[in-house]
Amino acid sequence: MAPLLNIEHLSISYGGIQAIKDVSIHLEQGEIVSVLGANGAGKSTLLQAVSGLVPISGGSVVFSSEVLNKVPAYEIVLKGISLSPEGRRVFPTLTVEENLNLGAYTRRKMRDEVRKAKDRVFSLFPILSERRKQLAGTLSGGEQQMLAIGRALMSTPRVLLLDEPSLGLAPILVKQIFDIIAEINAQGTSILLVEQNAHKALGIASRGYVLENGRIVASGPTSSLRSDEKIQEAYLGGAALRKKAAR
Amino acid sequence: MHVILEQIINGLTIGSFYALIALGYSMVYGVLKLINFAHGDFFTLGSYLGYTVLVFGAALLTAHFGLWGALTAALIFAAVSLALVGLIVERLAYRPVYPAGRLPAVVSALGASIFLQNTIMVGWGPRFQAYPSELIPNVHLQIGGIHLSLLQILILVMSFLLMGLLYYIVQKTTFGAAIRATAHDRKTASLMGININKVILFIFTLGPALGAMTGIMVGMYYRQISFTMGWNYGLKAFTASVLGGIGNIPGAMIGGLILGVLEMLGAAYISAAWKDVFVFIILILVLIFRPTGILGEKVAEKV
Ligand SMILES: Nc1ncnc2c1ncn2[C@@H]1O[C@H](COP(=O)(O)OP(=O)(O)O)[C@@H](O)[C@H]1O
Ligand SMILES: [Mg+2]
Repeated sequence: MAPLLNIEHLSISYGGIQAIKDVSIHLEQGEIVSVLGANGAGKSTLLQAVSGLVPISGGSVVFSSEVLNKVPAYEIVLKGISLSPEGRRVFPTLTVEENLNLGAYTRRKMRDEVRKAKDRVFSLFPILSERRKQLAGTLSGGEQQMLAIGRALMSTPRVLLLDEPSLGLAPILVKQIFDIIAEINAQGTSILLVEQNAHKALGIASRGYVLENGRIVASGPTSSLRSDEKIQEAYLGGAALRKKAAR
Repeated sequence: MHVILEQIINGLTIGSFYALIALGYSMVYGVLKLINFAHGDFFTLGSYLGYTVLVFGAALLTAHFGLWGALTAALIFAAVSLALVGLIVERLAYRPVYPAGRLPAVVSALGASIFLQNTIMVGWGPRFQAYPSELIPNVHLQIGGIHLSLLQILILVMSFLLMGLLYYIVQKTTFGAAIRATAHDRKTASLMGININKVILFIFTLGPALGAMTGIMVGMYYRQISFTMGWNYGLKAFTASVLGGIGNIPGAMIGGLILGVLEMLGAAYISAAWKDVFVFIILILVLIFRPTGILGEKVAEKV
């Protein structure tokens, strides 16, 4: 069977600069797949291309046997793919509840479904229920991250794209967020996760890819990636550990 | 005391004109970061279209539908026509230049304004036109010693209904939340499944339609209209939207009402001849001391 989401030989350029070069990634139904990479590797560009926010210059994005290359961003969510963007991007002058309602914008006429989706988000993130009437801009960083993920879940996507959900969060919150990501996956949503926090990202995923300067330089089951020396060196603090030892 | 109250009510009347026009500026600015200079001329054109319906169609309409029918017809005709004009102007004058950045769009807006103003001048002539004055019975009421005309009461009721309707749409419905989200962050709004083009089309129909209805109310209130009046009202409404916090819908309403009241109180207690000067002093003071306006967020950063 074809993968749920299949990114094949994808290329993206900004002006003359190629940010993604011949990248192929697939996500099977029910999987969590992680994409690791340093700042500027092209992780966000990749997710934005899948979401229709940046134009694709080569290759293809196929979701559930449909080519999404030319589908505009506002229709991608209708197809069943939802992005929680880097830096959360909640609407700060809207309330928590309005933010969530917008997550279900394409289904706004189906009130029952919206209510069900909201109940699910509130059971995953009870704090959002407490803060539903508050402006999103008044939430803490961790709460905003929860809101961004909750908002992306409101459309009941089949594929959830997460762009650095751990960015700027305290370790205890990172753990909490990753536990919830695992739970969302256990409820049946396939997840493509992009992270700089390689420990966490490999811990939760079944497979992973490593992106460097827009190219995939390694891929495979997370166990094999974790035992790869080069990856340990570059992403799992191998170099830092050695430096510490040398001191 | 009664004089003050009467001036405040007069101020609220003209303030509601400013507020209704300001909404058009503010919605467009909020979503496109564009000052739509043509908006004042939408208002003027609406006023002239209403004038034509009332002058040439009144006898016929009144015979069939009565006085209120004729008025309603004029309002609806002007509102629908201007909604179409708004769509056409957006399509022809603004959409092609969005990718080129903000400055070309502003220049294009100025061009659209000059074009509309001249079209009105050619169509209806350069002289003042007298608005039909016999439509609303010239009834005056005394409420608690305060002197009010029936026309003024009608204008206030209608303005506040329109403002209330817009407030409800923008602040209370999911589509309204979509407009506010689009104004804040288009990219993320499109991730929600919001079609930004539909939001733009909506504000370019609603804003001009409100402006057109205001044009008719202004014509009936002052009894005369001219093809250049869009500049004056446009500038004051723009001031009102800056005062309230440009891009902010409740802000535009509050800004308009405050401006109208200040203008009337200034005219009554300082000098009537200088009333327009107060408006611009207010604009300058707001820009210096609170560029974000009463309800706005950081505008300075966006501009
Ligand atoms: N809007 C843009 N315009 C031009 N270059 C961009 C843009 N966004 C990202 N880039 C460039 O593309 C490359 C990949 O960026 P990005 O996808 O944000 O990486 P990551 O998310 O892995 O940090 C970087 O070199 C970045 O400077
Ligand atoms: Mg990134």
